[in-house]
Amino acid sequence: MELVQMQKSLQDYTKSLFLDGVLDSQFLQLQQLQDESNPDFVSQVVTLFFQDSDRILNDLSLSLDQQVVDFKKVDPHVHQLKGSSSSIGAQRVKNACVVFRSFCEQQNVEGCHRCLQQVKQEYYLVKNRLETLFKLEQQIVASGGMIPAMELGF
Amino acid sequence: MMNPSQGRGLGSGGGSSSGRKQGGEAVVEMFPSGLRVLVVDDDPTCLMILERMLRTCLYEVTKCNRAEMALSLLRNNKHGFDIVISDVHMPDMDGFKLLEHVGLEMDLPVIMMSADDSKSVVLKGVTHGAVDYLIKPVRMEALKNIWQHVVRKRRSEWSVPENSGSIEETGQQQQQQQQRGGPAVSGGEDAADDNASSVNNEGNNWRSSSNNSRKRKEEEGEEQGDEDASNLKKPRVVWSVELHQQFVAAVNQLGVEKAVPKKILELMNVPGLTRENVASHLQKYRIYLRRLGGVSQHQGNLNNSFMTGQDASFGPLSSLNGFDLQALAVTGQLPAQSLAQLQAAGLGRPAMVSKPGLPVSSVVDERSIFSFDNSKPRFGDGIGHHQTQQPQMNLLHGVPTGMEPRQLACLQQQLPVGNRMSIQQQIAAVRAGHSVQNSGMMMPQQQPFPRGPSIRQPMLPNRITERSGFSGRSSVPESSRVLPTSYTNLPTQHSSTSVAFNSFQQELPVNSFPLPSAPGLSVPAQVRKPHSSYQEEVNSSEAGFTTPSYDMFSNRHNDWDLRSIAFDAHQDAESVAFSNSEAYSSSTMPRNNNNNTAVAATDLGRNQQQTPPNMVPHHHQVYGNGGGGSTSVRVKSERVAADTAAMAFHEQYSNQEDLMSALLKQEGVAPVVDTEFDFDAYSIDDIPV
Repeated sequence: MELVQMQKSLQDYTKSLFLDGVLDSQFLQLQQLQDESNPDFVSQVVTLFFQDSDRILNDLSLSLDQQVVDFKKVDPHVHQLKGSSSSIGAQRVKNACVVFRSFCEQQNVEGCHRCLQQVKQEYYLVKNRLETLFKLEQQIVASGGMIPAMELGF
Repeated sequence: MMNPSQGRGLGSGGGSSSGRKQGGEAVVEMFPSGLRVLVVDDDPTCLMILERMLRTCLYEVTKCNRAEMALSLLRNNKHGFDIVISDVHMPDMDGFKLLEHVGLEMDLPVIMMSADDSKSVVLKGVTHGAVDYLIKPVRMEALKNIWQHVVRKRRSEWSVPENSGSIEETGQQQQQQQQRGGPAVSGGEDAADDNASSVNNEGNNWRSSSNNSRKRKEEEGEEQGDEDASNLKKPRVVWSVELHQQFVAAVNQLGVEKAVPKKILELMNVPGLTRENVASHLQKYRIYLRRLGGVSQHQGNLNNSFMTGQDASFGPLSSLNGFDLQALAVTGQLPAQSLAQLQAAGLGRPAMVSKPGLPVSSVVDERSIFSFDNSKPRFGDGIGHHQTQQPQMNLLHGVPTGMEPRQLACLQQQLPVGNRMSIQQQIAAVRAGHSVQNSGMMMPQQQPFPRGPSIRQPMLPNRITERSGFSGRSSVPESSRVLPTSYTNLPTQHSSTSVAFNSFQQELPVNSFPLPSAPGLSVPAQVRKPHSSYQEEVNSSEAGFTTPSYDMFSNRHNDWDLRSIAFDAHQDAESVAFSNSEAYSSSTMPRNNNNNTAVAATDLGRNQQQTPPNMVPHHHQVYGNGGGGSTSVRVKSERVAADTAAMAFHEQYSNQEDLMSALLKQEGVAPVVDTEFDFDAYSIDDIPV
């Protein structure tokens, strides 16, 4: 595929993520932090987010599977996931966490289970999309091209 | 679109460095570029993003994923940071606690941040003295202007407004400065006016204002003429233990509500102290008291109270410790008379004891009492005032600590730092002297204050040597021996005793709990963090010491020790490694490592600890890096907090039982130790990162 085409694909793809609400403007902030001296910043942060989130989701699953759910343990996890997802711009994950927290407050185990599923779903979605996005970027860079700056009117 | 060059633009704006330098303080050339920021957040993703954003603003960033590590970083590097940004929800320590500590000990502006934007939390940030509250996700724009808080704080330090109650024109110098700064600046000068609205003023006039901050006292003014010159050059006032005691005494005399800086200054009658110094100190003190007033929730169950008590004890202890430290520091330079003064001050305020925690002496007692509290259940000699004392202790919570760190820092600078022990010893000595005196009320303090720090120091090294020799439980008995000996022999030599204790304390593996609240705890935890040069030594020695020091100092300590011993036993090597690694890597640890270790630590902590959940979380993540090590350390601190937890530990570790019995035997020494511990908690300051 031609470089220009790849670049266009990347841009369209990224735009779609924003339009779908999978990513929000915070992701743009991350992209702006990336420059020549930190060329992989975004992918580094996002990778970190994935690692951390995997752990948190795991802990959440364990906590919710307990016979007696300790919401005092569950809530901080959700809170942190909310914070980290919002920091990288994973909007839908963040929103799902907000709902999750309200069920935690109500100590609604059933609701929390549902929320956890929802959060996981959104998380895997954004993870998938971002991994695709990074692949596209890598292809462009491998072809000697520059990753186009996002020009979004957000 | 965020333009990274904006940060650079800011940086370039800092051209008036020359003006700043005239102030006499070491000022960054290209302010706000190079602003030294410490960012604390257990979320590795956010931490990485924040660091990158701050670097883009041309700030000097140190990141930390553990609050305790951050505290020890700050304590070891007293003037190494300009501002702290901290997350609210952290596993090892509540962000607000960290905020308090930093505010009181280091008097640095602290920005809180959280994904939680509920009004109550934001309000809590305000009441705890945060200069700002950022909602996650944090944007670059929000970080770009954080320098304003640094400037504002510096300015308000020199022109404390509210407390003095009167806004007087500053001297001519100030006027000139003010004019330079422009009237607009004055609008934003008010320390209470921590609004972004002042940003413009600050931004426009930051140069002049920062240059003139010291001198500009639009609001208050009573800037003593001679102070102007000294203000320019003088750095933050270090509130030594002695000084704080005098301050507290003066405040109590006047009545907390009615105390005004001017009168306090008069009562204190300390040459060279300015009204502004007093005013800003009073401000912090009031914040501290206010917080204590609203901190009744801390005094819930024993564990909670213990924790709180830890804080409380931290406060009072820290104050004591701080005092001791300061006294120690001072003693390093001053003759023993100062110590005597302190003692006299401490002793001379028995009446204050009744007062809620304000008087240092009362605090001391409280501390002693507090330290005994935990022991009470176990050893029965506990004063059991734990709960009651807490409020008082809380009052002093943190206040003295603030001074302490500075003092300690000074002390360290002043005293030969070659020997970590010696410094600690000195501190301990000071504290010991202090605590002894105060605790004298609790404990018999017949002995005068014969030797100055110099004397104590020599003695200490011996002790310390002994202690270093200790390892684990076995050392405990010895340590206890040491303590009593030192203690009894040198009544005034509290310093020596305290030194001994301090050494212990500092070495105590209190990795996770910088909070001095648990005298023994805090110290050990912090001790764990070896001083930069002695990290290795410390770790090893600490391992050995922690146990003994705990045992000796208090029942609680015993608990701690036992638990810590348990952990130590299990993870001594790891802990040491972790402590070291943690201490060092706090700021530079790759996030991944942090994650892993944190997780590991957490798991480890969970497995090992049976402490109450509230305690465990804190400890688990004391050290992001050292999973195993940190865990053990954390556990210890937690144990201290909860007797019950300690008991659980004991049960878990049979070998602990031996220690327990050893500890029990040493009950008698506990009182002394307690004071020591308290002090030790602060000795953490010494701990190099």
